[in-house]
Amino acid sequence: MNHLNDLPPWMAILIATFLIIGSTLALLGSVGLVRLRSYYQRLHAPTLSYSYGTLMTILSSILMFSYLETRPVVHELVIGVFVMITAPITLLMLGRAALRRDQDAKLAHEEAVPARETLRASPAGKLIRDVKRSGHPEPSPDQPGP
Amino acid sequence: MSAVILQFALGYAQIAVILALCLACWRVLKGPRAQDRVLGVDAMYVNAMLLFLTVGMVNGNIFFFEASMVIAILGFVTTACAAKFLMRGEVIE
Repeated sequence: MNHLNDLPPWMAILIATFLIIGSTLALLGSVGLVRLRSYYQRLHAPTLSYSYGTLMTILSSILMFSYLETRPVVHELVIGVFVMITAPITLLMLGRAALRRDQDAKLAHEEAVPARETLRASPAGKLIRDVKRSGHPEPSPDQPGP
Repeated sequence: MSAVILQFALGYAQIAVILALCLACWRVLKGPRAQDRVLGVDAMYVNAMLLFLTVGMVNGNIFFFEASMVIAILGFVTTACAAKFLMRGEVIE
């Protein structure tokens, strides 16, 4: 780690602070992705790693390489600008798709996540089970087959 | 002195980002619906990008930047296509 010793301590502390803040925020975003209850809440959690995690990591990288190469190294800003532009677009598309799917499924807006048992108990679930088990759907008793 | 500080910070950052990657992977595996899995994949892409930036800082190599750039672009394309597919049932209309 020769290149790490070339940095003065105040620069090292600055870089370390940015790195620790950024990675902690990325971790918090993923914890929110796991822990929040409904999909529309979960959609907000990873934006922490999109915005602050990326910003802080890029800042520390810019600081480190600018000092090491004694010239301004700013090409990490390309990643930052790209993520800042694309993250709202993807999340907007995902949210719209989820809303459309929920409307199609006749769910309420604050859905409790639909349990798999609901699907299993429904006629469609029975059809899926029959196909999985025997390779072809069995005729239901109230509709006698030919 | 500065190497000790930076090694601690870089090690912590790598562990935290890998943990975030694992949590997003858990969300991808668990579900419960398709849009949750797509969101988890998107979070995995961003965390992998951060991990590559951190690894580049550990090695002092400036070319890890390009790998993380490619990961960011692929993540955007993947998530946009998956969201379009979830919405309409086909990607190209």
